[in-house]
Amino acid sequence: MVFALLKYGMTGRYPARQEIPLTPELQPHYDVVIIGGGGHGASLAYHLAKNHNIRNVAILEKGYLGGGNTARNTTVIRSNYTDQRSIKFYAKSLRLYESLSNELDYNMMYSRRGQLTLSHSDGVSRSLRLRADAGVFCGEANEILDRKQIKDLVPSLNLDIKGMPILSGLWHKNAAIARHDAVVWGYAIRACERGVELHQRTEVLGMDVANNKVTRVRTNRGDISAGLVVQCVAGYSSVVAKMVGLKLPIRSYPLQAMVTHPVKPFLDPMVSSTALHCYISQSARGELVIGGGSDPYELYNTRSTLELKEGLAASALELFPFIGELKVLRQWAGITDMTPDYSPIMGQSPISNYWLDAGWGTWGFKATPASGYFMAQAMANNRVPDEIRPFQLERFDRFDLVNEMGATAASH
Amino acid sequence: MKIMTCPLNGPRNITEFQCHGEVHHEVDPTTASDKEWSDYLWMSNNTAGVVREWWCHTPSNYWFLAERNTVTDEILATFAVPADGPLGEVK
Ligand SMILES: Cc1cc2nc3c(=O)[nH]c(=O)nc-3n(C[C@H](O)[C@H](O)[C@H](O)COP(=O)(O)OP(=O)(O)OC[C@H]3O[C@@H](n4cnc5c(N)ncnc54)[C@H](O)[C@@H]3O)c2cc1C
Repeated sequence: MVFALLKYGMTGRYPARQEIPLTPELQPHYDVVIIGGGGHGASLAYHLAKNHNIRNVAILEKGYLGGGNTARNTTVIRSNYTDQRSIKFYAKSLRLYESLSNELDYNMMYSRRGQLTLSHSDGVSRSLRLRADAGVFCGEANEILDRKQIKDLVPSLNLDIKGMPILSGLWHKNAAIARHDAVVWGYAIRACERGVELHQRTEVLGMDVANNKVTRVRTNRGDISAGLVVQCVAGYSSVVAKMVGLKLPIRSYPLQAMVTHPVKPFLDPMVSSTALHCYISQSARGELVIGGGSDPYELYNTRSTLELKEGLAASALELFPFIGELKVLRQWAGITDMTPDYSPIMGQSPISNYWLDAGWGTWGFKATPASGYFMAQAMANNRVPDEIRPFQLERFDRFDLVNEMGATAASH
Repeated sequence: MKIMTCPLNGPRNITEFQCHGEVHHEVDPTTASDKEWSDYLWMSNNTAGVVREWWCHTPSNYWFLAERNTVTDEILATFAVPADGPLGEVK
């Protein structure tokens, strides 16, 4: 056995696959420079190369590929929002996710679980009904469940939480989870095969702007010029935008999450409660993934706090009292770029060759395929497609916000 | 547990406090242009570094100013609101 393995390993006939190329030398110029190598940057690069034949593209990532919020999210993928403009956008992303393993020939471990959002009050029941109907109107599958149906769907759920009994639920059966790393790796691998360069440990330190155009991107590995520049840096959106003199309607807050040690499968759907600031799903490995609300004050720091973890655990215990014996296996935080209306900022900036893909806050993983798809279209044609037009920065000047606070408040 | 020193109540648990955002220049809605007004309402410096903010000790409803480093999560100083004079606003 050992010798067979050794022999196998030593022969040149089975070389290790180098799927993600080593960081190449920086060239002096690219047609497109993408700042940020998370899911959004990788997806954008892939769609630029594949759909628009724009291949002279560099992704600049200050750390390692997918090490930002992409690595830290709880991977809830859903389209049950309130405003038709968002429902249509996230529905497109959901469709792209459903076929993504095939599209990229890379296993996303895409798992359609369905999501149950709980109501503990008449007011929330009404808002869930609004979301259900708005979704159905746009062709998305949503249903309102009563207590009996909830019990049938999730027998282990405690419906009679003291002081806040579960009254009804929004059932969104096409909601899913996927392997976060695979999403960014898959997009990056297929983008690099088409000529995109991925530069890891390459931090953008500043940019020169002349005549309302970015003329130079300064990095820790040298300066480059670019036809178009786009930022996909999530929690650091304001910091990078400031390099070109832009101020954004974004505030950065940590978002924390945790997983328990693995147990036998008992929870197929994802369960979410905005009133308890808590949502739970069981991963393919059997771990309970538990997430909730944002930290109470702005911070560029991924430290964890006991208060928040205690709060999450307390809420999870209300929903599933028998998990009290489980141990927390891992816990972490990411820095989320929160907008006032809980919707993203996509499209052109006031600087002519500078584009924005920001404000993804606590909800941007599910948008990874569609943001790249539409942003590539926008940048290739120099025209923002209708699907993402409502999400442009200038909506704030027109007071035409896309309010999704109610559909996002449990932060996923 | 993180401790914040309230100028009125002394060192207290951070969970007793609420942050109310950066101290900034108020814009006069009767004279501001539409653009100035929307910038004032929505835009944020979102500084990675030292910021000066409004905080409130919620049990006593006492409002004060604090200087904080948003990268290291350190509270550098807390002050009572000066009776007159500048609050140290940023643009
Ligand atoms: C705990 C948690 C749970 C979440 N749960 C969900 C969920 O269930 N569903 C959902 O849809 N969303 C969720 N989100 C949100 C989601 O993770 C993000 O919106 C999404 O991953 C953003 O992807 P991105 O590629 O834009 O950013 P990131 O993955 O953060 O990538 C940005 C990259 O930019 C790099 N960068 C920053 N500054 C520079 C610079 N100056 N130069 C070069 N590179 C730079 C960073 O190193 C980083 O790798 C969650 C987030 C967190 C933190």
